[in-house]
Amino acid sequence: MKDIEIQGRGFLEYAPAPESTSILHLQKSYGLFIDGDWVDGHGQSFSTISPATEKKIATIASADASDVDKAVAAARRAYDKTWSKLSGADRGKYLFRIARLVQERARELAVAESLDNGKPIKESRDVDVPLVAAWFFYYAGWADKLDYAGLGAAPRALGVAAQVIPWNFPLLMLAWKIAPALAAGNTVVLKPAETTPLSALLFAEILQQADLPAGVVNIVTGAGETGAALVRHPGVDKVAFTGSTGVGREIAKAVAGTGKKVTLELGGKAANIVFDDAPIDQAIEGIVNGIFFNQGHVCCAGSRLLVQENIHDEVVERLKNRLSTLRLGDPLDKNTDIGAINSREQLERIRTLSDIGEREGAERWSAPCVIPENGFWFAPTIFTGVETSSTIAREEIFGPVLSVLTFRTPAEAIAKANNTPYGLSAGIWSDKGSKILAVADKLRAGVIWANTFNRFDPASPFGGYKESGYGREGGRHGLAAYLTNATTKGGRK
Amino acid sequence: MTIEQTVSLAPAERAVALLGSELTEKSLRLHLEGLPGVDAVGLEQRAAGLATRSIKTTSKKWALDRIIELIDLTTLEGADTPGKVRSLVAKAMTPDPSDATTPRVAAVCVYGDKVPDAVAALGAAHGDPDEGLISVAAVATAFPSGRASLRVKLADTQDAVQAGADEIDMVIDRGAFLAGRYGQVFDEIVAVKEACRREDGSYASLKVILETGELNTYDNVRRASWLAILAGGDFIKTSTGKVQPAATLPVTLLMLEVVRDWHRLTGERVGVKPAGGIRQSKDAIRYLVTVAETVGEQWLQPHLFRFGASSLLNDVLLQRQKMTTGRYSGPDYVTID
Amino acid sequence: MTRLTIPKTYKLYIGGAFPRSESGRSYEVLSAKGAFLANAAQASRKDARDAVVAARSAVSGWSGATAYNRGQVLYRVAEILDGRRAQFVEEIAASEGGSAAAATAQVDETIDTWVWYAGWCDKFVQVAGSGNPVAGPYFNLSVPEPTGVVAIIAPQGVKGGSLLGLTRVLAPALVAGNTAVVVADQSRPLSAISLGEVLATSDVPGGVANILTGSPAEIAPWLASHADVNALDLTGAEGLDWIDLEISAADTLKRVTRPEPGVPERSLDRILNAVETKTVWHTKALI
Repeated sequence: MKDIEIQGRGFLEYAPAPESTSILHLQKSYGLFIDGDWVDGHGQSFSTISPATEKKIATIASADASDVDKAVAAARRAYDKTWSKLSGADRGKYLFRIARLVQERARELAVAESLDNGKPIKESRDVDVPLVAAWFFYYAGWADKLDYAGLGAAPRALGVAAQVIPWNFPLLMLAWKIAPALAAGNTVVLKPAETTPLSALLFAEILQQADLPAGVVNIVTGAGETGAALVRHPGVDKVAFTGSTGVGREIAKAVAGTGKKVTLELGGKAANIVFDDAPIDQAIEGIVNGIFFNQGHVCCAGSRLLVQENIHDEVVERLKNRLSTLRLGDPLDKNTDIGAINSREQLERIRTLSDIGEREGAERWSAPCVIPENGFWFAPTIFTGVETSSTIAREEIFGPVLSVLTFRTPAEAIAKANNTPYGLSAGIWSDKGSKILAVADKLRAGVIWANTFNRFDPASPFGGYKESGYGREGGRHGLAAYLTNATTKGGRK
Repeated sequence: MTIEQTVSLAPAERAVALLGSELTEKSLRLHLEGLPGVDAVGLEQRAAGLATRSIKTTSKKWALDRIIELIDLTTLEGADTPGKVRSLVAKAMTPDPSDATTPRVAAVCVYGDKVPDAVAALGAAHGDPDEGLISVAAVATAFPSGRASLRVKLADTQDAVQAGADEIDMVIDRGAFLAGRYGQVFDEIVAVKEACRREDGSYASLKVILETGELNTYDNVRRASWLAILAGGDFIKTSTGKVQPAATLPVTLLMLEVVRDWHRLTGERVGVKPAGGIRQSKDAIRYLVTVAETVGEQWLQPHLFRFGASSLLNDVLLQRQKMTTGRYSGPDYVTID
Repeated sequence: MTRLTIPKTYKLYIGGAFPRSESGRSYEVLSAKGAFLANAAQASRKDARDAVVAARSAVSGWSGATAYNRGQVLYRVAEILDGRRAQFVEEIAASEGGSAAAATAQVDETIDTWVWYAGWCDKFVQVAGSGNPVAGPYFNLSVPEPTGVVAIIAPQGVKGGSLLGLTRVLAPALVAGNTAVVVADQSRPLSAISLGEVLATSDVPGGVANILTGSPAEIAPWLASHADVNALDLTGAEGLDWIDLEISAADTLKRVTRPEPGVPERSLDRILNAVETKTVWHTKALI
């Protein structure tokens, strides 16, 4: 054998493999989608940009209080006159149509999502969009089976649902909200995140193709004020929010005493626990997937690695080697693993917290990625020597930054994992079933992944303990948020 | 539980270095059973992730040529005749008569008793692929089943080496492995390696076929990979190609991980050869990606990675032709071997 | 001059293909008014045997598919059927008699039945299964699993039921991952075979559903006694010596569903008739 001379990165510097944007047929500007049609917004319109290039994609309307009012009224009308009068089977048929249309337009939606959000096309194509279709498909089947859901003898819809979603999985979060709401018989006014409205607007086109009755789903774009107006609107029966714990608190306060049902899916600081008997190569993949998937913009990200002390050095070394083959760059390149950070604002936050991490004494290491000139980027970063009292072990960074801590015994791992106001998710890596199940028993987190991470399925309930929010999305449990019993208080008849 | 007698194993440098000079069935077993487990779901997902790499344009062109340079062009039929072997060798030397830029394959792979025919047919082209020549690899040790006495398997090996084989592809005794007789499997590999010794003191290169389809679990494949390396194998090879499943991306990924870990531990480089069932260029490209992203690009050379294949070559040639001419090609435009 | 038609040949549907009966027999199918419609294949015990073999070999693939996938396949059956409504309406009107409106209602309800059951594939486990709070350090989970091959006698001679009746017994059997051999309505079998054509083009793997036309009285005993059939649905066997069939099935302890008159309702129970509940215990220990 010989020592081959490799020019540059050689074969590993794969030639560009761009996914073309020619599949998109975008408007220059979008209005609000109210009562089945596009209307102008009365707020100050804004731009949505690609975070990879900072180039403008389209002008987006902003809904002011009067627009929100109009949308809620349309949803109410649709509920009273149309949607509540349809059979569950018919509601289901609309949802099946939507699922099929998403499948048919899958590639277009994936490209739009990657363009607007910054996530790699590989992820929007292989994870986000297929899950969107699956979510609608799953809940379509519940629409005429609510009596079987274990939620009482004759569960009824609540009425009009106000839904505010985040920017990290724009279309998927939309699916998580709209599918169960409609299956349960509610109508919806949904506000996409300010930086990622595009896929929701294309989704509105799909609703028109599905011939969904006007007003059943209304989409109002805008920023924080639009969301606040929507959530506080007296004509709304139900509030569903996914986003930061800070805003979640505000919403919980705002709906207090109003009779509105509320579910919240908030932040997290999940522990990914690696025991010394873990299947080590798969554990490394799981750690990487846990925090670097979607650039770490994941509420349930495994942002704290709790590694058993006796394998700490080996795990960190393997991790660093693994990170050297991660590819950061153009989200629309099919080989990109790490895309752009969604906004300048978020990038600043990640930088600030990382600097704090260094100042507090942790050792910082970043993957040697070439950072493009334009756009918002952050190389995958690992902090070792992090302690439970470090800021970066407590605060959600929401970026590709991993904090590494150690533990000695299973009990200590559990204690450290639970030592947080959050409680959304956790990971356990071990080859020993009895230990996995016993540890899972004691972790105060709503989703526990054993020997895997970041797996989602419409049949699997998702949601948090403690300050990660309350309520569950997905599964039979996901219907509960959108139904009430005729005999119990709350909800409209 | 009976206490096993400590059975001493035949010496092999690597095993002694790692496990100490008191090399016994017991110490070998403890080591193999102490290796980390493999989570099949995670392993297969990682392989599937590597398979999404999109290798285009210049990268694809490079990859196609590299694949050819890493092929052990193979014929292993009971019906192999001297004529068949000559035809295979001619194909190995001139894969595409219509395109002189086409590289040559790394080796031809035949049954041990056909080595003389292969050597004769290669003539001046016989030699080290690092020098642009073509090696002769012979399957031996009662390939594919391995079900014969050690005496017969060693004679099989020696005959092939004496006839001029540069490389020996042996099979491990899967029956012994599955019955837990790791020491026996180990000793046989050591003995076969010794049988690869030529009069001038050099050794034919030894590839150890694990027959992963029969080992069945990934944990077994991990153990067998370590065992084969400790016993002195130069290459670990997935399959004979006569049993389904043969080579798969996840199993090859696993073997590359073992080779990576061995390199980290000792600085030594061991080769990997997936064989059987790799028929399409796009699959072969996935293997190149997996090698590069697991152990590094250094491994994409003939002394560290091979494809055991026959019909793959023509598919690669069809892809090459499309890249050159811009149109889709067809079976009439590549030669049969 | 009116165009000469090309009358369809109605064969059996076994293993994803349309073979004639190995016996070479056929029988006349007449319209409600007594006019000749077609010759249908008259299935023999060997056809039934072959159907069971096909059904058995399809079990591992179908039960191994994800519930999501099965749901999508059954939904596609509805999609394809919906696209061919007119053909089915015509066929039913001719064979059962009655109005076009009645035939249309039957076809529509058939389509909706496929949709209803499609939506159960990835849900019935959540309704029928459970985590169980046992008194000890154990993780304990009960999960319904498919029983295997289900042999079914479809409703016979029921007004408004030649297609709907068959669907109401066949679709629920497939939800959990079982495969089926179903004996169609003897005197009105044509829609059953046309349904087979729909199944064959809806991504339903060959062997998952097998449709035999002919005499239930002749075929049913062979299915009832067959040791490689796991469950026996006698819904349409009211007019047969069904008690003998139940006794015969008892030799191999098949799960038996007894006859009921008319077209059966949609129900979760029909899905659960063909499942087995498996309960798994796993220790839990921190140290």
